[in-house]
Amino acid sequence: MSTAPRLTALDALHRSLGATMTDFAGWDMPLRYASERDEHNAVRTRAGLFDLSHMGEITVTGPEAAAFLSYALVGNIATVGNGRARYTMIVQEDGGIVDDLIVYRLGESEYMVVANAGNAQIVLDALTERVGGFDAEVRDDRDAYALLAVQGPESPAIMKAVTDADLDGLKYYAGLPGTVAGVPALIARTGYTGEDGFELFVAPEHAEALWRALTEAGESHGLIPCGLSCRDTLRLEAGMPLYGHELTTALTPFDAGLGRVVKFEKEGDFVGREALQAAAERAESAPPRKLVGLIAEGRRVPRAGFSVVADGKVIGEVTSGAPSPTLGKPIAMAYVDAAFAAPGTEGVGVDIRGTHEPYEVVALPFYKRQK
Amino acid sequence: MSNPQQLRYSKEHEWLSAVEDGVATIGITEYAANALGDVVYAQLPEVGDTVTAGETCGELESTKSVSDLYSPVTGEVTAANQDVVDDPSLVNSAPFEGGWLFKVRVTEEPADLLSADEYTAFSGN
Repeated sequence: MSTAPRLTALDALHRSLGATMTDFAGWDMPLRYASERDEHNAVRTRAGLFDLSHMGEITVTGPEAAAFLSYALVGNIATVGNGRARYTMIVQEDGGIVDDLIVYRLGESEYMVVANAGNAQIVLDALTERVGGFDAEVRDDRDAYALLAVQGPESPAIMKAVTDADLDGLKYYAGLPGTVAGVPALIARTGYTGEDGFELFVAPEHAEALWRALTEAGESHGLIPCGLSCRDTLRLEAGMPLYGHELTTALTPFDAGLGRVVKFEKEGDFVGREALQAAAERAESAPPRKLVGLIAEGRRVPRAGFSVVADGKVIGEVTSGAPSPTLGKPIAMAYVDAAFAAPGTEGVGVDIRGTHEPYEVVALPFYKRQK
Repeated sequence: MSNPQQLRYSKEHEWLSAVEDGVATIGITEYAANALGDVVYAQLPEVGDTVTAGETCGELESTKSVSDLYSPVTGEVTAANQDVVDDPSLVNSAPFEGGWLFKVRVTEEPADLLSADEYTAFSGN
């Protein structure tokens, strides 16, 4: 594999904006433009503009596309209406999570699967392998799209300035083809920030024109460009899992507290069914560790991999941690032994470089927007 | 970005003021502050501590990471900037001024501290 990172269609623009770039899953991506805290707060209170072109798009078409996806993924894709989207997962035979995904139904027999950048090839390979026997086709469309996201409470007003598409009719987790700033786009009302917002899939050659139009339309609404650093704190506050942190092949959706995405009642078999049934029963009767939120009493920040402790014993592990701009305190997601998972459990701490710092156990999410 | 001419610099990206009455002020450079991102927590050495050139004496925590703080000189700490402890964002907004970190009564300083021009060449900024 080449070691040179891949560049998005907006690379030159990011550099002209003075972005600090970072290698993320083989892509050179904007980490932040100026202060990541300002970017975070802009998305919570106004709007932010993201380049998410590293995400992996895979198109599935054919008469049996829905049946195939219901077999290959844990969700019941057959029930996804045209123009709607579904959060779902792909697992191994043993139930271990390969990736979390959003599946958009673009047409009667056309779907777009959006995978995490770091897993896109693995997901593509798995789908290609699992499609055998179905009248459906799997197509690698990673290079066909750039992905821009406008996120935050001002995002509908900004979008209305650049598109005639029926945004009021576009519900959360819906997507429709349209024209934005003169550019053909798939307009999806999805995001990874805990705010209202839109994700715009466009041809890479249109990405820069769209970015500039959104920047201009957003100026009076306080929109600023935002990097991956604030995207991580935004999703963490919103209690959204990140692959490689809260989700891994060592965990089933039930272990991650996301058993609701597994639809046993759907028609036909699906990859991982047997293992997931056992995982569901285990989660019910003798849950292993549970995913909880932790809020610091002090100011030192827990990081992924730090031990969660109680009575001097290790009772869990931090999977994500960061200073929360909204709460003004460090927060973390962690898997902890079930006995310590109840909100308000006393005596729980995090081992931060040898010191046991006290933490409060809370239910997720840390932040929920007012609708 | 420009590195003030009157300061000297370490390769760990600390700056050191001119020594007055035996005491020098120490902070991190703007280059280092930008590389860290928003600083959210500063653990500084305490007054009376002995710090050693090139050794860690505290930590600076930002959104994405935690970094050790090194002392560019050897000596006894005479002050720590409580303003930075209370509001660590000063390190980002005024790294060469209000965001100073601690003061040291210098007993020994290494010979390889850099001038502003040398540090600019070293850091590329």
